Amino acid sequence: MKALLLRDLRLAFRSGGGFGLGLAFFFLLSVLVPLGVGPEGGTLARIAPGILWVGALLACLLSLDRIFALDHEDGSLDLLATAPIPLEAVVALKALAHWIVTGLPLTLIAPGLAIFLNLPPAGYPWLILSLLLGTPALSIIGAFGAALTVGLRRGGLLLSLLVLPLYVPTLIFGGEVVRRGAEDMALGTPLALLAAISLGATALLPFAAASALRVNLR
Amino acid sequence: MLSTSDLAVARGGVTVLQGLTFAVAPGQALILRGPNGSGKTTLLRTLAGLQPPADGTYQLPPDSVAYAAHADGLKSTLTVAENLSFWSEIYGGHPIDQALTLLNLTQLTRRRAGELSAGQKRRLGLARLLVTGRRIWLLDEPTVSLDVASVALFADVVRAHLKTGGLAVIATHVDLGLPEATTLDLDPHRARVIQTTDFDEAFA
Repeated sequence: MKALLLRDLRLAFRSGGGFGLGLAFFFLLSVLVPLGVGPEGGTLARIAPGILWVGALLACLLSLDRIFALDHEDGSLDLLATAPIPLEAVVALKALAHWIVTGLPLTLIAPGLAIFLNLPPAGYPWLILSLLLGTPALSIIGAFGAALTVGLRRGGLLLSLLVLPLYVPTLIFGGEVVRRGAEDMALGTPLALLAAISLGATALLPFAAASALRVNLR
Repeated sequence: MLSTSDLAVARGGVTVLQGLTFAVAPGQALILRGPNGSGKTTLLRTLAGLQPPADGTYQLPPDSVAYAAHADGLKSTLTVAENLSFWSEIYGGHPIDQALTLLNLTQLTRRRAGELSAGQKRRLGLARLLVTGRRIWLLDEPTVSLDVASVALFADVVRAHLKTGGLAVIATHVDLGLPEATTLDLDPHRARVIQTTDFDEAFA
């Protein structure tokens, strides 16, 4: 199983592997929003939590279709499905690889980009924590969406439409944690709900995604 | 031992083969022949467990199947050795050196799979079978894009596999010169075994 994770990571970091695509998008968004909104610090500080979370979410969305589509195209998905590892584990490992390649780096560069958006200093630890807790949910929900649309030509649009509504709770609670953190308010509830979404999605969606893959491979 | 009883397989909801009853014993190969669309791939995918049979049943030992599809499942940015090691680790760490030697890939181990010729890619895809350690090989047109020498090389590999008690179901139009080979002629909607024992007649 380690072999599959290492292979996916190695593929992502080799040329054309898509590492950096989401990061570049996140960077561009965080640089462009202040230019578009204008230099008034108060406005930016107020919208910063939402913008950062929307940016992270869209950056994740960009690379979702690669999770299974590439393996489906070159036939390795068929071979993985007949290999002695459960398909549920394949889904979970691929989602983990996706998170290491997108979610984790997004979390790490977010504080740097928050400077552009004038996020109040109190919000920084909560920004990191909320992304750390929330981005795994984005990857695993995305893997489920990718599994549903795997055989479709140009399934990217359908994938986005399927996945975006499922991303909404993560976005709401994630943004809320950062906003409350920035304003020094109590944030236990949104933080707990954010963690619950990630845990629940990680526990259940590999099974749903594996079933979807089995149907799509027929 | 692989056996089917009254098996029917469907592609896209349409039954393409029905009434298939056959058994392949260890050391034997079953050659599937039939025109395009007759259901060779569908039958192999069903036996590999990728789709359920439309009707009937098949029996094979658990965790015994290695399936080789039209596509080789190679990653073009990984080297030959990396591609093969990956599958070897997935199947429990069988050494890759022997597989590389048998399919004449030792000179190419550090080459990226994307830089290989079509025939070399195919040989790498077939080398994967050797590192699976599986007894039952399901091969879908394994000789496509192989030259004459490589076909002979591959036939030797299959022969060695059969000799060590393995078995193979092969959809192919090329004569691999296999002993103990049985041919199953597939007509759309009606499959029957035309030859079960005599090897020479099967390839006549």
